[in-house]
Amino acid sequence: MHRFANPTRVLRIAAAILPWSAALTIVLFASGLYFALVASPIDYQQKDAVRIMYVHVPAAFMGMMGYALLAVASAVGLIWRHPVADLTAKAAAPIGAAFTFVCLVSGSLWGQPTWGTWWVWDARLTSVLILFFLYVGYMAIWQAYDDQARAARAAAILALVGSVNLPIIHYSVTWWNTLHQGSSFSLAGSAIDPAMLLPLGLMTGAFAAYFVTVLIYRLRSEIAQRKLGVLRLRQAEGLQAT
Amino acid sequence: METLGSFFAMGGYAAFVWPAFGVTAAVLIGLLLASLKSWRDNEAALRSLEDSQQTRRRRSERGNAP
Amino acid sequence: MSAFLAIFRRDLALSFRQGSAVTLSVMFFALAVTLFPLGVGPEPQVLARVGAGVLWVAALLSAMLSLDRLFQADHEDGSLDLIALGPLPLEFTALANIAAHWVASGLPLVVISPVLALALNLPLNVMPAVVAAMLLGTPSLSLIGAIGAALTVGVRRGGVLLSLIVLPLYVPVLIFGVAAIDAAAGGAAFRAPLLILGALLALGLALGPIASAAALRLALE
Repeated sequence: MHRFANPTRVLRIAAAILPWSAALTIVLFASGLYFALVASPIDYQQKDAVRIMYVHVPAAFMGMMGYALLAVASAVGLIWRHPVADLTAKAAAPIGAAFTFVCLVSGSLWGQPTWGTWWVWDARLTSVLILFFLYVGYMAIWQAYDDQARAARAAAILALVGSVNLPIIHYSVTWWNTLHQGSSFSLAGSAIDPAMLLPLGLMTGAFAAYFVTVLIYRLRSEIAQRKLGVLRLRQAEGLQAT
Repeated sequence: METLGSFFAMGGYAAFVWPAFGVTAAVLIGLLLASLKSWRDNEAALRSLEDSQQTRRRRSERGNAP
Repeated sequence: MSAFLAIFRRDLALSFRQGSAVTLSVMFFALAVTLFPLGVGPEPQVLARVGAGVLWVAALLSAMLSLDRLFQADHEDGSLDLIALGPLPLEFTALANIAAHWVASGLPLVVISPVLALALNLPLNVMPAVVAAMLLGTPSLSLIGAIGAALTVGVRRGGVLLSLIVLPLYVPVLIFGVAAIDAAAGGAAFRAPLLILGALLALGLALGPIASAAALRLALE
């Protein structure tokens, strides 16, 4: 764990991973999109609208995984005071939020032709909406403090509180949804045709590889920005001394 | 897919399927570009700051030499 | 224990001396509830159907608006620094603050909630459920809200950020609080949602003071 506290080492590992994750992203997106849009069967009831599932479900999954990563990184940063862990959480947040947003929009577009409304208060969409709010709150805390060290710890506390609450929120929303069931709202539909599992898996893999790739770029950017701050501070002190 | 036309029509659901994939693409590509840009900007600023500090250090060393 | 009571009593005295704390919470609660019939129309069946939800959303908003007086004033005039140096661990100090906050801002809502429930056409037989749910739920609102208040103390435009942080965390309390009242209105047993509200309260008691204290320590650096 402490090996990763060194930014230089982390950057070196990241540089080694990057070409692989970038290549994987491209390959998985290419194959995933082909199978999602072209070479997979249509649904008996929804016809081609079911293809939206191939972005909606992976996006939901990555949105949740993103928050899990954010929570773990925040815990590491809080416990061991690793600045790189804090920055990883900060870098991961916009990516997770983006996937969550994609899940919401695609869910809305899926809901209109299949259920007749643009927004469906089913358990998944409602939970994802609240997850989106948690992401936005987390990113807002980083912006609210000038002192970045304090911002990191405040954001970490919020991330941990949020992650404790997230299962509770999800459970309560699911329970609430069953209470108000008119019909069985489930955008996932019934059992998934195995022929649909391949594009689903490929797209999920593509989103995950994308996450890693963009995370590396964002982390590099955050580390550089942190160094910039330190150097500028040193420069200002140096000018004062002369 | 029989014809290109039927592919784009998506069984009549084109108005939903393509925007869904389109928004996904827009958001993901947009985030990638923004992340790349901020990384490049920060690296460039860092490099120029390090260079200017190097120059100042070298200049002050030269100036201090008898 | 005496230190805890001292802080509790001090906070309570401050709230009541300013006078406005109780009045503001209650008035906002009543006002927010009043807006809903104005918005959705006075039809009794509609109001009875949405009444539980309206009551709880108004309680949530009222709780949230009262949160910034939880730590802000003490932080601004430096008394928080002094109290943190005292014999009582910061977690218990936070708990004392939260308890006083609930007595001044939460308990009045519990007291007035049956009246407003009647105004929303909820049947008389749900009143016990209303009071019980509010009694179990409003302390959770203070506990969870305190975490947000501690995180945003001394931050510019902290109020809006506070709402953004705290409202998603309030959702489980909202859902089960409403469930208790709706179950009672439907004639069903409402013990299960109340038990869950109790569990949420227990979790809040465990998590709230610890997280709040951690956040307050950040502010005191």
